[in-house]
Amino acid sequence: MTDAISSFGAVGRPVSIHTDDAAKARLKGRYRTETWFKWLGAGAVALAGLFLVLLLSTIVTQAIPALRQNYLTLPIDLSAAKVDPAKLDAVNYDAIAQEALTARFPDITSRQDKRLLRGLISTGTGVFLRKDIAADPGMLGGTVDYAVPLDDFADLYLKGLLADVGSDEAISTSVTPSKTSGDIDLTFGDDAMLALARGHGATEGENGMLTLTSGASSLLVVFNGGTVKLTALSPGPNGTAVAKGTVIEALDSTAPAASDQAFLRVIDTPEASRKISDKEIVWLDTLKSAGQIESRFNSIFFFTGASREPELAGVWGAVVGSFLTMIVTLAIAFPIGVSAAIYLEEFAPKNRLTTIIEVNINNLAAVPSIVFGLLGLAVFLNFFGMPRSAPVVGGMVLALMTLPIIIIASRASLRAVPPSIREAALGIGASKVQTVFHHVLPLAMPGIMTGTILGMAHALGETAPLLMIGMVAFIVDIPAGFTDPATILPVQIFMWADFPEAGFQQKTSAAILILLVFLVIMNAIAVILRRRFERRW
Amino acid sequence: MVGYLVVLLLVLAAAAYWIGRTRAIASVNGDVARLHSLPSQHGMFLALFAAGPALLAILLWSLVTPGFESSIIADRFSSELSGMGIPQVEAFIRDARAMAFGGLVGFADPTKEAAAAVYKSVHTTSTWIIWAVALVLSASGFYWAYSRIAQAYRARHVVERVLRAFLIACSVVAILTTIGIVLSLIFESLRFFQQVPFYKFLFGTHWSPQSAFTGAGAEAGAVNQDIFGMVPLFAGTLLITFIAMLVAAPIGLMAAIYLSDYASKSVRAVAKPVLEILAGIPTVVYGFFAALTVAPYFRGIGESLGLNVASESALAAGVVMGIMIIPFVSSLSDDVINAVPQSLRDGSAGLGATKSETIRKVVLPAALPGIVSAMLLAVSRAIGETMIVVMAAGLAANLTANPLEAVTTVTVQIVTLLVGDQEFDSAKTLAAFALGLVLFCITLTLNIVALRVVQKYREQYD
Repeated sequence: MTDAISSFGAVGRPVSIHTDDAAKARLKGRYRTETWFKWLGAGAVALAGLFLVLLLSTIVTQAIPALRQNYLTLPIDLSAAKVDPAKLDAVNYDAIAQEALTARFPDITSRQDKRLLRGLISTGTGVFLRKDIAADPGMLGGTVDYAVPLDDFADLYLKGLLADVGSDEAISTSVTPSKTSGDIDLTFGDDAMLALARGHGATEGENGMLTLTSGASSLLVVFNGGTVKLTALSPGPNGTAVAKGTVIEALDSTAPAASDQAFLRVIDTPEASRKISDKEIVWLDTLKSAGQIESRFNSIFFFTGASREPELAGVWGAVVGSFLTMIVTLAIAFPIGVSAAIYLEEFAPKNRLTTIIEVNINNLAAVPSIVFGLLGLAVFLNFFGMPRSAPVVGGMVLALMTLPIIIIASRASLRAVPPSIREAALGIGASKVQTVFHHVLPLAMPGIMTGTILGMAHALGETAPLLMIGMVAFIVDIPAGFTDPATILPVQIFMWADFPEAGFQQKTSAAILILLVFLVIMNAIAVILRRRFERRW
Repeated sequence: MVGYLVVLLLVLAAAAYWIGRTRAIASVNGDVARLHSLPSQHGMFLALFAAGPALLAILLWSLVTPGFESSIIADRFSSELSGMGIPQVEAFIRDARAMAFGGLVGFADPTKEAAAAVYKSVHTTSTWIIWAVALVLSASGFYWAYSRIAQAYRARHVVERVLRAFLIACSVVAILTTIGIVLSLIFESLRFFQQVPFYKFLFGTHWSPQSAFTGAGAEAGAVNQDIFGMVPLFAGTLLITFIAMLVAAPIGLMAAIYLSDYASKSVRAVAKPVLEILAGIPTVVYGFFAALTVAPYFRGIGESLGLNVASESALAAGVVMGIMIIPFVSSLSDDVINAVPQSLRDGSAGLGATKSETIRKVVLPAALPGIVSAMLLAVSRAIGETMIVVMAAGLAANLTANPLEAVTTVTVQIVTLLVGDQEFDSAKTLAAFALGLVLFCITLTLNIVALRVVQKYREQYD
């Protein structure tokens, strides 16, 4: 530092090592680092926030479609000829609903198409119909308009999740069909259609022939009250275009449709890469434009048990299972946890045993949850022979897992009660037990409750240990007791996430949303408790 | 039936409380001050002895009877069950029990119906026995305690001693849990190591327990010892953990630094709850996110770059696990950084250091033991994490260090081996317990090391 003694610069001001140009550059560099560092920190926080937003928005956008379900209103014939009021159980309700649907499309004659059409409504239709008739026998005896749930693919298509369908565009030329049904030829007034087909992935053939395979977008021509799917196009004489097509919905007549009277509907997703065929799309669109399809609140999802069919699967069974499991967890973990905390904090002498217990509790809090599942499997199921998949066992396993959390929170809360309270109580002659139970514990209770609720929220979201004790079984019935086989919400989410059907993806997100709502409620209660009752001494 | 008994005993306890209280007051002709203990303590004393022993007996009974009844059934029907494996016998007994209690069973046959009848009668008998035992215990306890109540009797001491015993018993539950974990893991693992030597398990590099039984005919049931090598699982676990820590350590640490030293109050008021929510989201949700959003996204990026990314890549699982651990790292680091005394920061600032220099050269070195310990705890958390990897990582063991390939982990294998109905005695199932033991040991060691690091290297400033 000796050479830091001032020398004289050009302007005659003293320049030291702290003020020369190098120092200024250094300072600038240091400030730059400072800014960098600060933004790095802000970036880390922002990134964490971004992850959260990404996660929640993915879940929410996926979950929203599952909150509604499309229903098809059909005139269902429940006259005595079809349904014998004396033998309600012996009736094939599915067949009755399917008949009503096929009657709606009298043009469809082939077996294959009929089967496709029947597949549009849920396989659970019969069950609903039977239940509703049992509840309201007044439906019998005539034809009633009855709303049946649609199959999952039909439902997803109507929600716009299965195929990209463009809007109808008017065809600005005349269209002349050769027949009204079957495989027909169409003659277009100009060749604009050819360019359009090329743009939608048609395969080029000889002589300018274009073929629309199942790998290309589907081009549907709507006119004369029917729909034709184009399969091939070729240039015709005098600048016209000739197309081959299959009639999906029969035309009224072979009269040529004038310019702008025919419409083109393009389904951008190729038929080969979607799970719904052109025919089904046309039928559904027809039903929809006839006003027979309505989107309703998805009560099936909220109030029924599990099912292999996405449109029939509900979370109620899992919610009840979670509820039963949580009751058991709370009933075990709360009293034991609070008692242990009271003992360790208020009564325990400082000796080896209590030190071991303390270290042990801290370690237990860090044991992976799946190990608790192994404990449950080996001890509760195999040693004590308790029932598999039962909420009582799940609750016990989760209780052991939650216990350290509750103990640690309760101890912190008890420790926060000032000694003056204890001394005052002891001073007026209360016994140690009376001091703790009449004075310290009530004051610590809000903190204990907060810790318990947070522990329970943690337990509610836990999945892995419950997989070990068989709560992954596929259970349709809603559990009615603590020993009934049940599944719980997180496990239901895990199972649905594994199912291949596209409909389950939305259901999974919706179930996650329900789980998150429960967690938010529990955490909100904890926050309110903390705000309202926690005292600072 | 037994539920009624419990309710009855609780009613008896309430009655005993009232009787004890009344008797205590009567014994001093209403002059309560002359009693050694408060009347309510006498009441509690009587209630405890009237209902306590009986309730304990019921608890014991309900723990023991299911196994006892099952063994009686298995014994009576041993000839019919002789040809069956253990799962079939269990299913038989379960069905018999279900039928006995009026449940529905898929396939009922005469043997099961007979077993159900026997089950029913055995259960009725044991229920009668517990009723009798409970009532006798209750009556004798009541009689004994009732005769004790007197002016000088120290009911309070008895009640408080019982209460304290209960509190101690509750604290011991934590120890019992640990003992239960250790014993169950060790016993099942020992049974596994009888079939597969432990060096082949620990150092083998081939893992495919689904093909555990290779032999046919006379060799059927022989365990192929060479397919239980856990090295690939361990490598996969470490790979995913490493990726997770690459994400979580810098983000978590920087977030903690920012929140403790830079952020304004309003930023903190937003950022803290964000991190808390991130911490509160169940892992199964992260798993769903990883499997359905992140993995296809990485796959798409890889394809556009010409890389072949597996759809269950270690990268996707690792990154999502990292996101899950961010709040864990940041809250632990936050505590540690805040614990560095303000005087150190002030001293550094007084010497002319900028804030970032203070943090990098003063605060972080001072907090280093705590941060290291936080990272170790985070690693332990990542190793033990299950749902994310079950949903987003692969199932097939693959010894690779390439994060774009699918790898499997210890926890994934535990779940795949134990989910579904399996024989409890097969090497396949027992292998899961050996893996669990390894997992438990690793996480325990990490936790202890984390604790020791803090204890040993922490500087005491104040």
